[in-house]
Amino acid sequence: MRIRRITLVWLGLLVATAISWKFGHGSLLGDPRNAGVVILAIAFIKIRFVILDFMELRHAPLGMRLGGEAWVIGVGGVLIALYRF
Amino acid sequence: MNDLPHDSADARPATSSVRSIPHVPGESGIWIMIFGDMMVFSLMFIAFTLGRRDQTALFEASRLHLNQTYGLINTVLMLSSSWCVATAVQATRAALPHAARSYLHVALGCGLGFCAVKILEYGEKFHAGIAINSNDFFMYYFVFTGIHLLHVLIGMGVLIFMARVAVGTVDAKRLGYMESGASFWHVVDLLWIALFALLYLLPAAAAP
Repeated sequence: MRIRRITLVWLGLLVATAISWKFGHGSLLGDPRNAGVVILAIAFIKIRFVILDFMELRHAPLGMRLGGEAWVIGVGGVLIALYRF
Repeated sequence: MNDLPHDSADARPATSSVRSIPHVPGESGIWIMIFGDMMVFSLMFIAFTLGRRDQTALFEASRLHLNQTYGLINTVLMLSSSWCVATAVQATRAALPHAARSYLHVALGCGLGFCAVKILEYGEKFHAGIAINSNDFFMYYFVFTGIHLLHVLIGMGVLIFMARVAVGTVDAKRLGYMESGASFWHVVDLLWIALFALLYLLPAAAAP
């Protein structure tokens, strides 16, 4: 049986949550600031998949999809920059 | 459930059954609301991160008072509820109303679970003498999670409405309601993903 894409996305989101949890509970990268950047990056990658696959912007008009992508990159980028630098 | 279409492209409504035709999910009004909501939360996230830069030690010490397991459980509940809602929309398109309603009921159960964990979490904080006026970190924590919890409660009302709409003949109007409601619930999910990372997981940015 072929697994539906949204099911794969859901499983991927759960795995990503486990990975970010690990980064939040250890010293995987030595400097905690690097772990923090990974945690934020994973969060916004997860959000991107929610927007594209659960909210179905993957099949929306281009402008709408780009708006979603821009929000992820813009807000995620600003937060990572403010956090790290 | 095996009769469900295999991906969202296959599952688009009959009005846009050609793969290359883009489709706006739901009503345009819901997207205006979603856009506004996401802008407000963006500013809240930035304000929090700026506050964190100014009071790194205080924010880190306060963060360690949060129960991260509660945050993790709620993240799993939110992601799972979102999957249920997305699946319910696909089931509606596939003319499987009872499957759609069942998925929505499971999503509603996840929402109830989220609220129960939040009540437990707030209770523990209050019991430990931690409140909204304890410090800036907890001010952000209670305001952000409180506003988000309000979204969850509204979203649960939307899920109940969707479960009623799901049963019956599928037409463009009903499908529009389903897609609009689903979009709102997914926003509740994605905002929590950001809150979980910012409030619960993010370690101090100070040099070790």
